[in-house]
Amino acid sequence: MNNWLLEPLQFPFMRDAMIAGAVVAAMCAMLSCFVILKGWSLMGDAISHAVLPGIVLAYLTGIPLAAGAFASGFTCALATGYIRNNSRVKEDTVLGVVFTGLFAIGLVLHSRTESELHLDHILYGNILGIPPEIFWQVMGAGALVVTAVLIWRRDLMLAAFDPSHARVLGLPVRVLDYGLLSLLVLAVVAALQAVGIVLVIAMLITPGCIAYLWTDRFDRMMLIAVTAAVLSTLTGILVSYHIDGSTGACIVLVQAAVFTLSFLFAPKHGVLLRRLGRAAH
Amino acid sequence: MPGPLADRGASGIGHPHSAAEAAQAAARDFPPLSLKVDRISVMYPNGQRALNDASFSLSAGTVCGLVGANGSGKSTLFKSVMGFVNPVSGTVRINGRPVREALKQQLVAYVPQAEEVDWQFPVNVTDVVMMGRYGAMNFLRISRAADHAAVEASLRRVGMWDFRGRQIGELSGGQKKRVFLARALAQGGRVILLDEPFTGVDVQTEEAIITLLRQLADDGCIILVSTHNLGSVPEFCDRAVLLNKTVLASGPVEEVFTEPNLTKAFGGVLRQFHFEHSTIQNHDGRQVRVLTDDERPLVFGKDGHLEYKDRTGREDLVKIRSEEQD
Ligand SMILES: Nc1ncnc2c1ncn2[C@@H]1O[C@H](COP(=O)(O)OP(=O)(O)OP(=O)(O)O)[C@@H](O)[C@H]1O
Ligand SMILES: [Mg+2]
Repeated sequence: MNNWLLEPLQFPFMRDAMIAGAVVAAMCAMLSCFVILKGWSLMGDAISHAVLPGIVLAYLTGIPLAAGAFASGFTCALATGYIRNNSRVKEDTVLGVVFTGLFAIGLVLHSRTESELHLDHILYGNILGIPPEIFWQVMGAGALVVTAVLIWRRDLMLAAFDPSHARVLGLPVRVLDYGLLSLLVLAVVAALQAVGIVLVIAMLITPGCIAYLWTDRFDRMMLIAVTAAVLSTLTGILVSYHIDGSTGACIVLVQAAVFTLSFLFAPKHGVLLRRLGRAAH
Repeated sequence: MPGPLADRGASGIGHPHSAAEAAQAAARDFPPLSLKVDRISVMYPNGQRALNDASFSLSAGTVCGLVGANGSGKSTLFKSVMGFVNPVSGTVRINGRPVREALKQQLVAYVPQAEEVDWQFPVNVTDVVMMGRYGAMNFLRISRAADHAAVEASLRRVGMWDFRGRQIGELSGGQKKRVFLARALAQGGRVILLDEPFTGVDVQTEEAIITLLRQLADDGCIILVSTHNLGSVPEFCDRAVLLNKTVLASGPVEEVFTEPNLTKAFGGVLRQFHFEHSTIQNHDGRQVRVLTDDERPLVFGKDGHLEYKDRTGREDLVKIRSEEQD
C-alpha cells in the first residue's frame, strides 16, 4: 500500500500532476457550489468551448493565449446574459446557441490559419505532462480564485439565494454576478490546458452535487466539495498511473463513483438511508 | 448600524416594552421616519406602463395596506420603493433622501413572496436570519456576539427559535414567512415591505404576524403590506392605499375603504352579500354569524361606513354609532 502511494511520487511529473490537479480540483470545487445553486451547470461546458476563437485570434495577433481565451469566454457569458434579458428564450437555451456558435467560429478560424496551434493540445491538455508556464498559470489562477471566493463567499451566496434582499442591503448584486462569471472563466482557462475539457466540465459540476447531497449548510457544502474533489483527483491520478489509463478519465470516474455512493448512502438526502428511515417508521 | 429592534435584542426581546416606551426610544435614536412617493410613473422595457402618476406619503408608526386587483401595480410600487426599477418620472424619498441612500443605511427591509425563494438552498433558519445582519458586518461578513444576539432575539420574537436548525425548505408556509420577518427584524429595517404576506398562512399565524406588525409600527417603523385580503385591512392597518395603475385613494382606512372607492379599484370583481336581498329576516336581528374559509369579510353598515370585528378598543366608535341612531 505504501509503495502504491509512494512509488509514483518519485517522479517529478507525477508530483507536478498531483499538485496542479489538487489546485484545479479545489478551485473548481468551490465554484461548483455556486454553479449548481445558480442553475449554471452548462456554464463550464459553454465557456470551455467558447474560448477557442479567442485562443486562435490571440495566436494570430501575438497576445498571450490565456488573455484571448479569457476575453472569448467572458464574451460568451456576457452575450448570453444580454440575449436572455432581451428575448423570451431561457438562459440555458441561449447559452447552448452562443457557445456552439463561438466554438464553430473558432474551428473555422483555426482551419483557415496556418499554425502550429494544435487543437488537441488546447482542448485535451495532459495532466501528466504540464509545461512549466501552464503549471504556474494554474497556481496563479488557483490562488486568485480561492482567495476571492473565501473573501466574498457570503455575498455570493446571498446573491444566489435572495438577490432582492442582497440589493435591499445595498450589495452590488450585478458586480457580484459578473465577478463570479470572471472567476469561472479564469478557472476554466487555467484548467483547460492543464487537465483537458472533459475534466474541467466535470470538476465544475460533480463536487458541488456530491456536497449538496451531504449537507444543508453552505459553508460545509463548500468544504465537502473541495475535500471530495481533491481526494478524487489524487486517487484518480494514482489509479491512472498504476493501470496506465487516461488520467482525466480516471479522475472523472472516481468522482462519479463518489457521487454514486453519496446518492445511495448520504445520511439525509441519499436514497437508501431515506428508504430505511421510512421503513423504520 | 443596528436598529432599535436589534438593540432590544441584546436586552431580550422576549419581554416587549410598552408601546409608548418603545416609541420614545425610537424617537430618541432616529430622526422621524418618512416615506414619500411623489408622482411616479413606471414603464417596463416592453412598453407596459405599470404605474402612472402615483403619489402618497407615510410617516413613522404606520401600518399601511396596499390594495388593488391583479396587475394593478402593487409589486411594481414595491420595486420602486426598493430602487429595483427606476421611475420614468417622479421620485421616491425616504427621510427626504433618495432610496439608494436609505438602502445603504439598511433602512429598508423586504419580506419576499414564497415563489421567489429556492427552498432547497443549503441554508437553515439561523443562516437566513443572519443574512439580515450582513449590512451591519464588515466586508468578510464575520458574525459577532451582537449579531448572534440580534438573530436569537428576532427568532424568539416571531416564535421560531425552536426551529433555528431546520433547513429552510422543511417549514410550513407560515413558518417560512415568520423566518423572513425575523430577518427583517434582525436587519433593523425601518421601512418594512411585505408582498402578500398572508397567502397560504393560517388564521392563527396571520394573527401572530399582525400583532408583530402592530408592535413594529408602535416602535416607529413604517410597514407597507400588499394584500388581496380586503377584510383584514381595517383590522390591522391605520392607512390604506388603493391602487389601479395609479393611486385612487390614500389615507386613513375609514376614508379610503368606501364602497365607491373599492368599486373603482376592483370593478365588479368583488363578491357581495347584501343582507336586505338575502333570506335573512328581521327576527334574526344581529344574531347573524359570518364564516369564511381564509379571507376576512369586509362589512359595511347601512350608510356605507366600515364595521369592525371587535368592539374592544373601538369604544369611541361604538359610542358615535349609537348616538347616530338617536
Ligand atoms: N417584468 C415585467 N415586464 C413587463 N411588464 C410587467 C413586468 N412586471 C409586471 N408587469 C406589468 O405591470 C403591471 C403591474 O404589475 P404588478 O406585478 O405590479 O401587479 P400586482 O399589483 O403586483 O399584481 P398581483 O396582485 O397579481 O401580484 C401588470 O400589468 C403587469 O403585466
Ligand atoms: Mg404582485
